[in-house]
Amino acid sequence: MNNNASGSTAPAPARRRLARRRARGSSLDPHETRRALLLVAPAVAVLALVIGYPVARAVYMSFQADQHLDENGVFVEGGFAGLDNYKHWLLQRCGDVACPPGSTGSSFWEVVWITLFFTVVTVTIELVLGFWFAMIMNGKFRGRGLVRAAVLIPWAIPTAVTAKLWYFIFSYDGIINNLFNSQVLWFGDKWAARSAIIVSDVWKTTPFMALLILAGLQLIADDVYEAAKVDGASPWQRFWSITVPLVKPAVVVALLFRTLDVLRMYDLPQIMTGGGAGDGNDTTTLSILVINEIRNGFNSAAALSTLTFLLVFGVAFLFIKFLGASATGAEGKAKR
Amino acid sequence: MRHLRTASSLTALALVALPLAACGGGDGGTADDAFKAHLKDRGPITYVQGKVNDNATHGIIDKWNKLHPEEKVTLKEQTDEADQQHDDLVRNFDAKNADYDVVSVDLVWTAEFAAKGYLQPLKGDLAVDTDGLLDSAVKGAQYNGVQYASPTTSDGGMLYYRTDLVKTPPTTWAELFAACDIARQAKIDCYAGQFNKYEGLTVNASEAINGAGGSIVAEDGKTPTVDSPEAAEGLQVLVDGFKNGDIPKSAITYTEEEGRAAFQAGKLLFLRNWPYVYGLASGEASSKVKGKFSVAPLPGLDGVGASTLGGHNTAISAFSDNKATAIDFVNFLASEEIQKDYMEKGSLAPIRADVYQDPALVKKYPYLPTLLTSIENAVARPITPFYQAVTKAIQDNSYAALKGDKTSEEAVKDMAAAIKAASGQ
Repeated sequence: MNNNASGSTAPAPARRRLARRRARGSSLDPHETRRALLLVAPAVAVLALVIGYPVARAVYMSFQADQHLDENGVFVEGGFAGLDNYKHWLLQRCGDVACPPGSTGSSFWEVVWITLFFTVVTVTIELVLGFWFAMIMNGKFRGRGLVRAAVLIPWAIPTAVTAKLWYFIFSYDGIINNLFNSQVLWFGDKWAARSAIIVSDVWKTTPFMALLILAGLQLIADDVYEAAKVDGASPWQRFWSITVPLVKPAVVVALLFRTLDVLRMYDLPQIMTGGGAGDGNDTTTLSILVINEIRNGFNSAAALSTLTFLLVFGVAFLFIKFLGASATGAEGKAKR
Repeated sequence: MRHLRTASSLTALALVALPLAACGGGDGGTADDAFKAHLKDRGPITYVQGKVNDNATHGIIDKWNKLHPEEKVTLKEQTDEADQQHDDLVRNFDAKNADYDVVSVDLVWTAEFAAKGYLQPLKGDLAVDTDGLLDSAVKGAQYNGVQYASPTTSDGGMLYYRTDLVKTPPTTWAELFAACDIARQAKIDCYAGQFNKYEGLTVNASEAINGAGGSIVAEDGKTPTVDSPEAAEGLQVLVDGFKNGDIPKSAITYTEEEGRAAFQAGKLLFLRNWPYVYGLASGEASSKVKGKFSVAPLPGLDGVGASTLGGHNTAISAFSDNKATAIDFVNFLASEEIQKDYMEKGSLAPIRADVYQDPALVKKYPYLPTLLTSIENAVARPITPFYQAVTKAIQDNSYAALKGDKTSEEAVKDMAAAIKAASGQ
């Protein structure tokens, strides 16, 4: 709340303008507020139309029952369903019975668990590797530009191509099995398939993590390190007391981006396993389930996507609340 | 502070958007109105199908356009991806667009589109000329006893076998698995189909179930019939094959292409696959089975099995403005001349029995008589408006059975329960 003090002392126009500039737009006079609203209005209207409408419609649909067949075999609207669609997922109820195996409702909690598992494991590995790569790239050596460009290549390849690439590498007659002279059914067994997906995702997105962290490292001025050296800090102390805290804002943003990405992961497991392996659904992520359900044409898909939205939103909220992540970097700057 | 402001503007957005959403829920005129409109109208039309990757389609449309300069057909190609084609059609039909007049629909979409009122029932003035068409293909385009589409191209599974190792092809599963000793002596795998958890598994599981006298969904498209001893017995054949190694462990990851690769590399004695394999296995330079294989109808429990019917149907949009032209074009695609074009130039299986007996074609495609037997005995996958859910029920449960996680009896029981839940009963 910075209803600024300097502006309220009835100053000359020039001073007032200066004060306004200092306050960065948060203390416009009524006249200007109206003009600002007018200028923003079209953007707000467009946003309401392209973002608000679909979201609101999805929530509305999630309370509608599915279409069902009438006696002529023609679909008719199902009407209001209350919380049935949410019960379908959260309590795994199909009508009055527990959802039988082979119906989408039966796999909800398992799928949530799989998605969270992928998220925690891949993001952790990517953070460690990404930090390491960033430290290397931050050093001064010949061909640094080339290395930085080369590291980016996996990230520049479209995910669908990456997925197909690793699909061939992990296939039964593929490179991995030939290299290790093994006969692992990479896409048939539960943990083998999950590892294959994790390896591919780590390969693909570690560069992204590394680059964001590198950007953070570059912001740390060299003289901070020199001062620490003069004070006799060991390399280990310099790392923990200078590098880690100063790079934290960049790391948190990178973590947030990647976490949200994996929570909505679709193409990699879809192309590599189709969500299969193990008991048949052991690599199904939430997004795969949502897409399958939408294809089914069921309104429970709207409930599922609402739940997915809430999960992703919740995770993003926790990140911002507890780790102080800020996608724009403005808050990080303010703290420093 | 910033979050508070974001939250309040989101609420504002929602307030703006909610009334809009409420408007979207209502539904205007009924499907019946659309069915009665434009029945006698003629004019240019648009034909929609997936990406053309054969050499026949463009020529066929040119032929029509030369004959009907006043009622030209414009081809609209969709993507290569079946799921995306489906979604594109649904979006256009849902908006009651008149942009799509004639559409090519995958067999398994016909019931869904019909139940949603998207497809014009083909009766009265718009009746399909089914004279000379294969019965199974015509039935595959019906829903609830009404013809909603006309078959255009067909497809059927066949058993590929090595003629250098097996003299007479097996006609039953027992005979097939008895021949596995030959494979063991030759140190190759015996039998494979498509058992990865995808649409191919539905095809293979349905064949096992139908071939043993079972069925999956009743004619009403929603009552499951799969919980039967016959269905379990059929599925058990595949389960046993996996258990005793006659079907290699790796086949649980096979789609069409992995199986073809294994067969062409000479590592497989029997393979269930579609006709496209024939040309590649006898033509590709890398194929080690050139001149050493042939095809037979799929085996069943006691006699020729039931292949799963493949192919595409052509239907008329209920929202078309020129339905009289549309039905002429649909019948044109099913005519003998065009069916020969599809076969000769596009290697797409015809839907007329007489084309299969054309001596010139049989000389070029020796598998045609076998394919005819296969399609004549073929059964369409479950004809149901809930196809996506039904195929998932089949895939999940038969996959679990093949992996030994549940018995065949449990699998068909769970399939029936999942189909029931999906159709909202």
